[in-house]
Amino acid sequence: MNLTLKIWRQPHATAEGAMHTYAVGDISEDMSFLEMLDVLNEQLLGQDEEPIAFDHDCREGICGSCNLMIDGQAHGPEVTTSCQLHMRSFKDGDEITVEPWRSDAFPVIKDLMVDRSAFDRIIQAGGYISANTGSAPEANSVPVPRDQATRAFNMATCIGCGACVAACPNGSASLFMGAKITQLGLLPQGQPERDSRVVGMVGQHDHEGFGGCTNIGECTAACPKEIPLDVISQLNKDLRTAIRNGH
Amino acid sequence: MRRPAPARTGHLSHARVIRAPPPGGTVWTVATTTLVKGARATRSTIAIKLAMAVSGFVFIGFVLAHMYGNLKAFAGHDSFNEYAEHLRTIGEPILPESGLLWILRLGLVASLVVHVSAAVWLWRRAQSARTVKYEVTKRRHSSLSSRTMRWGGLTILVFLVWHLLNFSIVKVNPAGGATNDPYNLLVDTFDVWWMSLIYLIAMGALAMHLHHGTWSALQTLGLTGTASARSRAKTAGWIVAVVVAGGYSLVPLGVLFGVITK
Repeated sequence: MNLTLKIWRQPHATAEGAMHTYAVGDISEDMSFLEMLDVLNEQLLGQDEEPIAFDHDCREGICGSCNLMIDGQAHGPEVTTSCQLHMRSFKDGDEITVEPWRSDAFPVIKDLMVDRSAFDRIIQAGGYISANTGSAPEANSVPVPRDQATRAFNMATCIGCGACVAACPNGSASLFMGAKITQLGLLPQGQPERDSRVVGMVGQHDHEGFGGCTNIGECTAACPKEIPLDVISQLNKDLRTAIRNGH
Repeated sequence: MRRPAPARTGHLSHARVIRAPPPGGTVWTVATTTLVKGARATRSTIAIKLAMAVSGFVFIGFVLAHMYGNLKAFAGHDSFNEYAEHLRTIGEPILPESGLLWILRLGLVASLVVHVSAAVWLWRRAQSARTVKYEVTKRRHSSLSSRTMRWGGLTILVFLVWHLLNFSIVKVNPAGGATNDPYNLLVDTFDVWWMSLIYLIAMGALAMHLHHGTWSALQTLGLTGTASARSRAKTAGWIVAVVVAGGYSLVPLGVLFGVITK
């Protein structure tokens, strides 16, 4: 198939950027979206042009590196990551707009690459449990009910790709925080630091410049791991509890 | 045996690592590289949202009570005016005349200040969170009412000023009649078709605001932690919106269709 691509080009973080139009041909519908961009980059290299910078790593939909706003939807029209989006979701002759995540907390590094280390700092601010090092404790000494373990696991599938922030009209990272808060809050190991976790994470979130949540629901629709909106309720509840406990 | 270090100390040690000089120093462009120390729950965006939700519930209680009073118009002139008068004498003799009414008014004004300032604060924050806009956006998964909360809220605020001038603070009778008889003022007002239209449009805006607002407030208060609770909260949003806006709209419609007459 032949496609017209409108892609955001920006040489470096502080440079002015603009949309550029490219034509690519001979694209197989079995290619992934990133493979299609690889074809375009080969073409650009052949023309002695700078290839388009975009983030990617595993290309298996589990690392959360690839993050493209495709035709106004985070990761494009399917519920998956950009690397697992295939060209069969598009038609011959389509014009596709590709932009980086737009969030002031995720500054553009180059072209379609953004710096998502704000998420790392939110996790550093409380999205963990403290555990003693040394010999591993007996795994069965702390029983976890089956349904809670399953739900915690489902929330732990968040890959931190940032699609929730990209899709949110307010640029809020509440779904990302909510997934971690809910996951650790369901487990006995998450209880001792429960209050300081939510206060630390939300404080860091606000400090990074993310917006406030208005419970619109675009985040959960964009999430490639289908994290439900319930986690934001849990996040709010944990923060309310922290206020009550004097934080 | 050493106890694990408390979380706070953990923050500080990580902060030192983060502040190390950037490798190469060329494309190190993060918005911030610092970890927050001593974050307070009461100063977070979520605390502002909680204030928004609680003040919103005050308004839901108010519009339901106000609607009940309005529907007295269907019981006729005397019944409606008696209700309006009783609002002023309720609580007497312990409270002075209009005492309870003033307590309620102060509560409502305080809620309005909280609700509007929280909205302005969050609106500005959302705008600064994305200063470079997308070329293309497709928002297909959010309701229209959720995306119009801010402008819809402003519409309701403008209507509120108009409504208070019309019926309470100034009292304007578009038919030129007396303004000291609440029932007659109501019928005279809604007899003018464009006045009724203004009120019906405002009720449309209120319905949309309540549709998303009710569910959103329940979610902000953390009461929608499961899929079924979420679904119930969304149903509650529909019910509150339809009951409130529908209940209010019955009165101007009743006047227009000649059910409520002088």
